[in-house]
Amino acid sequence: MTDAVRRLRIDAAKRLGTFDFACDLDLPLAGLTAIFGASGAGKSTLINLVAGLHQPDRGRIALGSTVFFDGTTGVRLAVEKRGLGYVFQDARLFPHLSVRANLDFGRRRAASQADRAEVAFDTVVDLLGLRGLLERRPHTLSGGERQRVAFGRALLAQPRLLLMDEPLASLDTARKAEILPYIERLRDEFAIPILYVSHALDEVLRLATALVLVDAGRVVAAGPIGAVLTDPVVLRFFGGAEPGTLLFATVESHDERYQLSTLRCEGFALRVPHVELPAGTPVRVRIPARDVALALSRPVDVSITNRIEGAVEAIDAPADGRSAYAQVTVRVGASARLAVTITRESAERLALVAGLRVWCLIKSVLLDAGALALARGRAAQPVEPPAPAAANDGRA
Amino acid sequence: MLTAAELDALRLSLQVALVAVAASLPFAIVVAWLLARRNFFGKTLFDAIVFLPLVLPPVVIGYFLLVLLGTKGPVGGWLYDTFGVRLIFTRWGAAVAAAVMSFPLMVRSIRLALEAVDRGLEFAARTLGASRLDVFFNVTLPLMLPGIVTGSIVAFATSLGDFGATITFVGNVAGETQTLSLAIYSLAQTPDGDVAALRLVLISLVLALAALFVSEALARRVQRLLGRV
Repeated sequence: MTDAVRRLRIDAAKRLGTFDFACDLDLPLAGLTAIFGASGAGKSTLINLVAGLHQPDRGRIALGSTVFFDGTTGVRLAVEKRGLGYVFQDARLFPHLSVRANLDFGRRRAASQADRAEVAFDTVVDLLGLRGLLERRPHTLSGGERQRVAFGRALLAQPRLLLMDEPLASLDTARKAEILPYIERLRDEFAIPILYVSHALDEVLRLATALVLVDAGRVVAAGPIGAVLTDPVVLRFFGGAEPGTLLFATVESHDERYQLSTLRCEGFALRVPHVELPAGTPVRVRIPARDVALALSRPVDVSITNRIEGAVEAIDAPADGRSAYAQVTVRVGASARLAVTITRESAERLALVAGLRVWCLIKSVLLDAGALALARGRAAQPVEPPAPAAANDGRA
Repeated sequence: MLTAAELDALRLSLQVALVAVAASLPFAIVVAWLLARRNFFGKTLFDAIVFLPLVLPPVVIGYFLLVLLGTKGPVGGWLYDTFGVRLIFTRWGAAVAAAVMSFPLMVRSIRLALEAVDRGLEFAARTLGASRLDVFFNVTLPLMLPGIVTGSIVAFATSLGDFGATITFVGNVAGETQTLSLAIYSLAQTPDGDVAALRLVLISLVLALAALFVSEALARRVQRLLGRV
């Protein structure tokens, strides 16, 4: 796959019945960009405008230098010419064709263009574990198997961009846990950008490298996932969901004596219980906001291992005085921002203000379960999907 | 076992019915598609006209055909003058009568099958690079197949059995337009024709049952191919 990171530019509006959708996005597409929001927020509208199922009422949609739609010049690129792959929530395999024929459907029609991916049949079949299913018919497959074939079919269409509309929504927890690692492999082993629609926060946290937050037909926030998830506006939006910080770190070293591992983040380090990963492995780390305490001076006589110095960036307490909590954003290391939940009372007692130097005491660090499984798998072929709920709770 | 005349009638009936179905199938698919997928000015009227043969007395349809396609009629005259083609008193005219009478049933069956095709599958095919025509031939049509098969067989049976439109339009010419139904009628009118008529009735019965069995078997086979069984 060629060159520079492609940009997806959407500046469009669409009215569907009483639902009004409008957005102005300029996304660099790399890795997996999650489109997240509540049901009915407009996530599917967004992805279907890109796919061409709907045409905007006005505006412009372009992927790289290819214009999909332009209201002023009248350009309207047909769906089949957009070079996309689409994985649907309900798989949508062709019932009159075998699995092999389904997989070949897009591949046979993929025009050989310079900027299209080169995805080989065997690579995809092996990656998704489809070898034994090739001569079967879709109606004989289980839900999870059907969805895997759907992923394969979309990939083999040599897409420039992979669209996924809640692909795991119709699967039960066990099937979901079985397929999530496959999506991670898709993300990591092919250089094809993915647009992933979901209303499930756990999927987003596990898979996404960038996040677009949609609410009531408007884009609320967009950017790299670490930045978006510590944005106070976004944190308030998440309401019931656990606010926290997503960080990218590298495994640095292991301490055999105490069975601890050190993770190097940008400008600081975290110590967690031993992780079975070689040094240099990139990991995603999640720190729930409730598991961070603040101190005005560096605590010495305390059991918490991870004490990180930083500066208060913002304090967000809902003005109506109904909540006991305040969300504090603390800038740590080079550019990371830690989300911290403390009581309003504590915030006042400590006289927290923007710019104040504080110490963050981190009680638990969750590791990306997928990375663990993938690494374990690489050590011992073949890979099997991990058991669900494998988050390594690094309470220290 | 069968006399030459009986064989003639049988062969003629089969030929007329087969030609009628084969010729009207493409039109039926197009019409079904128009009715199922398109909105246009005059659609309701068009729908009504297509289904007229189901509602009007067959003799009336036959008479319309005579007026329109007879050698002195507007279309029939043009056909005769330009191509030398004559429909009345010929088996081709009988085929036209049979086709017109069975058309609405064919369209209805195909239309139902078309409406049952998941449009989501068609969109999926387009995301995989298939043009609209490509989608129709490789996704829609295969999935419509049960309806096309059923519709064709129903049309075949209806064509076999047509009487009123055939006799009014192309007359009762032995060996040319005297299909099974017309032959039975003629024999029933003659003094000693009862036995012969009965034989033809039995043949018709066998044909009808055969058509039913074939229809069932084909339909089940197609369903299995489509993965619905």
